[in-house]
Amino acid sequence: MNYNDLRHFADSWGLVAMGMIFLVLVAWPFRKGASGRNHDAAHIIFRDDDDDQKQTD
Amino acid sequence: MDKLVTRVGVLFVVALLAFVAMVLGVDQAFSVHMGIACVAALIAMAVSMNKFDFLTQRFPVLSGPSVASRYDDDPIRWGVIATMFWGIAGFLVGLIIALQLAFPLLNLNLEYTTFGRLRPLHTSAVIFAFGGNALIATSFYVVQRTCRARLAFPGLARFVFWGYQLFIVLAATGYLMGVTEAKEYAEPEWYVDIWLTIVWVSYLAVFVGTLVKRKEPHIYVANWFYLAFIITVAMLHLVNNLSMPVSLFGSKSYSAFAGVQDALTQWWYGHNAVGFFLTAGFLAMMYYFVPKQAERPVYSYRLSIVHFWSLIFLYIWAGPHHLHYTALPDWAQTLGMVFSIVLWMPSWGGMINGLMTLNGAWDKIRTDPIIRMMVMALAFYGMSTFEGPMLSIKAVNSLSHYTDWTIGHVHSGALGWNGMITFACLYYLFPRLWGRSRMYSLRMINWHFWLSTIGIVFYASAMWVAGIMQGLMWREYGADGYLVYSFAETVAAMFPMYVIRAFGGLLYLCGALIMVYNVWMTVAGRLRDEKAMTETPHNPDADRPYVAVPAE
Repeated sequence: MNYNDLRHFADSWGLVAMGMIFLVLVAWPFRKGASGRNHDAAHIIFRDDDDDQKQTD
Repeated sequence: MDKLVTRVGVLFVVALLAFVAMVLGVDQAFSVHMGIACVAALIAMAVSMNKFDFLTQRFPVLSGPSVASRYDDDPIRWGVIATMFWGIAGFLVGLIIALQLAFPLLNLNLEYTTFGRLRPLHTSAVIFAFGGNALIATSFYVVQRTCRARLAFPGLARFVFWGYQLFIVLAATGYLMGVTEAKEYAEPEWYVDIWLTIVWVSYLAVFVGTLVKRKEPHIYVANWFYLAFIITVAMLHLVNNLSMPVSLFGSKSYSAFAGVQDALTQWWYGHNAVGFFLTAGFLAMMYYFVPKQAERPVYSYRLSIVHFWSLIFLYIWAGPHHLHYTALPDWAQTLGMVFSIVLWMPSWGGMINGLMTLNGAWDKIRTDPIIRMMVMALAFYGMSTFEGPMLSIKAVNSLSHYTDWTIGHVHSGALGWNGMITFACLYYLFPRLWGRSRMYSLRMINWHFWLSTIGIVFYASAMWVAGIMQGLMWREYGADGYLVYSFAETVAAMFPMYVIRAFGGLLYLCGALIMVYNVWMTVAGRLRDEKAMTETPHNPDADRPYVAVPAE
């Protein structure tokens, strides 16, 4: 595999693959039922918000 | 005991090897650096042998609150102090070189203090020492809290902190002695690069190890940004610094790339250092500390995920815009320009996400100076990520390139976004790390805010004027086809703007010095008796419940 093969792969199937992966990743949080999970994830930082006392491990 | 003996033995061998390398060194700078490494290994050895925690024995206040925290915060306490220390050093050197540009006499006619050697000292001190320590400290803080787990590999975490300080010392002393690879933001020579690689892989191990042992099923989005920052910087660092040393005992090396390939590799590194060190890493800080300080969740978690993937997929292509109108192929320049402009969207998505987190709590801008700083940081993030794509357009770049407009752009991002968000996060962290109810003085934070903001305005506007003026002077033709101005005439014309810029830098430094005093008193456990930030008279008409509608 030489430079020329690589560059043709990069601007054909490589580009398509990257583009598809990107679209799937961006669409992922918009899937049905995700809004509850998103809401939950946004509140992680406020739960159990005490540095002292309890030992976690 | 066996472990201790092994550790002491290994450190002794390292010290011995460094000593041998020092003796065999073919140039003075290399020998000095190996001497520093030898001393560092001996100190580490002595500390291990005595089990003597020098810092906390000598200064008990550094060990923080006596209550047992469920988190491992010692490296974070050291990290925030190191951030303050290197910040002041970096700002001070920045002010000195700004004055050198206006008054060349200040080069002092010594090779060690010339602009060419002090400038990389300034850029590395503010980006890697100030910014890097802030990123390491906050990432250790955030990853523990969002994962509800103590740091994995506590010993390695301490090695990351001290190893990173050694990297900074080696880099900084190297610049003064004239050791440089002459690569923008990657000036340290090959052996310092290898050391940083070791430290950085350890950092990755600590971070990922903590993620792995998390008690929280979901990995909070701030950790995504931190992880992207750590991994991408490792990749950039390794590729950009591929080089061949002239001698194993000398400080000089030659790059693996040459010509336009070298230029493109450098700016692939340089722009992504901005994109992943100064943007992704600091956005991680934003996604944790802004919601925490505002006491409301991020405006849209969904947008934060879109922001993350867009930034990751787009930033990596924007580097070629630093090489417009050079030997770089035209299509590559255009590619860099197009991706820079597309970057507008994720950048502004992130800014809007951060700002709108305050939706329904905008009054905090009036009452909470830390929120005020965060909002100003986000505003500067928005402004500099607007200006950046604009400057990447070839027609604009033909005017702005090689002028001080670029310097103004960089500093509105660095002072405004990176500096302000770091200050705000440190103001959040110091009282919590030392178990204080609040900072020593909120009014001093307000003073810091205004000194910094006005300083940046002076700085950026002076550089806009200087840059556009110089760009226009360079391209001005007379009626007979000659260039009207010589280079030296453009330099002379910029003198007033250089003085104004130095004044802006002075204001910024003064703000940071006020912060040092404020932090010092906070750590000492004092609370300033002062009037509240605002007196808000009761308004019965406005006194009704506000129903905020959060986005998804």
